[in-house]
Amino acid sequence: MNHDAYPDNYIRGILNSVKSIAMVGASPVNVRPSYFAFKYLAQRGYDMIPVNPGHIGKELLGKPFVASLHDIGRPVDMIDIFRNSSHIMPVVEEALKLDPLPKVIWMQLGARDDAAAEKAEAAGIKVVMNRCPKIEYGRLSSEISWMGVNSRTLSSKRPPAPTQGMQLSLNRMSVGGGNTAAADRAAKNKTEQS
Amino acid sequence: MSDRLPGFSTLAVHAGAQPDPTTGARATPIYQTTSFVFNDADHAASLFGLQSFGNIYTRIGNPTNAVLEERVAALEGGTAALAVASGHAAQVVVMQQLLQPGDEFIAARKLYGGSINQFTHSFKSFGWNVVWADPDDIASFERAVTPRTKAIFVESIANPGGSITDIEAISTVARKAGVPLIVDNTLATPYLIKPIDHGADIVVHSLTKFLGGHGNSIGGVIVDAGTFDWSKDGKYPMLSEPRPEYHGIKLHETFGNFAFAIACRVLGLRDLGPALSPFNAFLILTGIETLPLRMQKHCDNAKAIAEFLSGHSAVASVSYAGLAGDRYNQLARKYAPKGAGAVFTFSLKGGYDAGVSLVSKLTLFSHLANVGDTRSLVIHPASTTHSQLDDAAKVKSGAGPDVVRLSIGIEDKEDLIADLDQALGA
Repeated sequence: MNHDAYPDNYIRGILNSVKSIAMVGASPVNVRPSYFAFKYLAQRGYDMIPVNPGHIGKELLGKPFVASLHDIGRPVDMIDIFRNSSHIMPVVEEALKLDPLPKVIWMQLGARDDAAAEKAEAAGIKVVMNRCPKIEYGRLSSEISWMGVNSRTLSSKRPPAPTQGMQLSLNRMSVGGGNTAAADRAAKNKTEQS
Repeated sequence: MSDRLPGFSTLAVHAGAQPDPTTGARATPIYQTTSFVFNDADHAASLFGLQSFGNIYTRIGNPTNAVLEERVAALEGGTAALAVASGHAAQVVVMQQLLQPGDEFIAARKLYGGSINQFTHSFKSFGWNVVWADPDDIASFERAVTPRTKAIFVESIANPGGSITDIEAISTVARKAGVPLIVDNTLATPYLIKPIDHGADIVVHSLTKFLGGHGNSIGGVIVDAGTFDWSKDGKYPMLSEPRPEYHGIKLHETFGNFAFAIACRVLGLRDLGPALSPFNAFLILTGIETLPLRMQKHCDNAKAIAEFLSGHSAVASVSYAGLAGDRYNQLARKYAPKGAGAVFTFSLKGGYDAGVSLVSKLTLFSHLANVGDTRSLVIHPASTTHSQLDDAAKVKSGAGPDVVRLSIGIEDKEDLIADLDQALGA
């Protein structure tokens, strides 16, 4: 996979197929991006599992925290890693010990570890780096267009009427390959510099 | 369902718009409402806390305006956009996110007179200090950089003379200085020039001009290229630091490569208040659908008229980058191969008096202070748009006393040439 520019179909396929998501580094603090993303994805119907050893005994939106991926004790489809790039590898190594393996490992906006991605992909796991699943869901459903964001999708079809919790269809035609060319170039330059 | 980048004309018609989910309306409805109901208290709290996408109040966002925003973002190749009440409002909102009192920005000397005025006088009262540089001398931008420099501002095609800016060269200076390059793309529109492809980090427009295109609505827009790293060195605290008005959220960390557009909305538009009317957004959106057709016709007409004027015995000189001998012709070929725009100036051998006489004798050209209308327009910048500048500054900005500015419309070019010919000849 070219991790500088994901095709929309790749992201759409992941968001349409995974049911359970373990969020590593989920925070109970309601101004943290991980909290927003956790809440948003839970509202869209994903089975969310908060993973953070610092909050054992607490709950996040009714879901009990677990200390590690190992402690989940049941299969998960996707691991969403809310940690800096330097903390990615140990989480991926832990994920590779799970049985069954997760189908997807997703690293949050700003997080990228190409060596860890290679390891996961070698085990047949799909990898997304430096993206936010909340933003991608909002973009592919065009919900994010309400914020003036370029969804890079077009549709002449009448979308489902929005209801509480906004269950929108992800099945819109993609036009831009997931991100704008300029933004991809900037992300690539930043990776090369660091 | 493959990822295929549609052409410019397809985006001009479709981007951002879809049939209305509740009514099936195909044209974008005018959501002429101040406010939007919340589902419940939790929904309200998550909208106010920026945790959910959604509508709250038309000063902060509106579904009609959002279609306009996404459409312009798509046409420019940006990650997001924000529509505001005017081009001037766009500039204030952009600078509010970038500059703290005592900071500086570098601006090209060749700008719309209203921008020169805004930067020189109004911005001074905010403690934002403009430092001028010469777009024909790239080194003058480098020399102007100081530790307090927070941005560089240029026009892609400069008003009033129609000169073409070497955006790539100036973006290199901006990158070296670690500051964003802001390009006002009003006179080119993304049909002619896409500044983001040449290194711009932020694009602003007066939508009033060619994008709206019909001279009926004032509006402005800010496009975020998604290219600038706002958190790199703490120079842009509005984006990189916790925002007390949003419970300590860091906008760049939360919104990634469209954080600048979000900052403009939730800090700029929300607090300064220059919201665009949804009705204006609707009219401008309708205009944008025909932008590629209109813009080509504007440019083709302008070139024919510039050629006619340069052969006329009463004309001293024509400043139009689309002419083969023009000093900006090479830059025009590089940046705007489809046409060098439709706003340009010429000077008359008879000087100031001949200019005044020409304006009074024209019958199709309207004498008014706007550009980018379907109608052809004429003005004498020295006595109007650039009148607040002193004489030296007028000449430097391309608006000397003998200069007449034209904005060529989409009428038949033969009729426009005949009108100019009779007004020049008599």
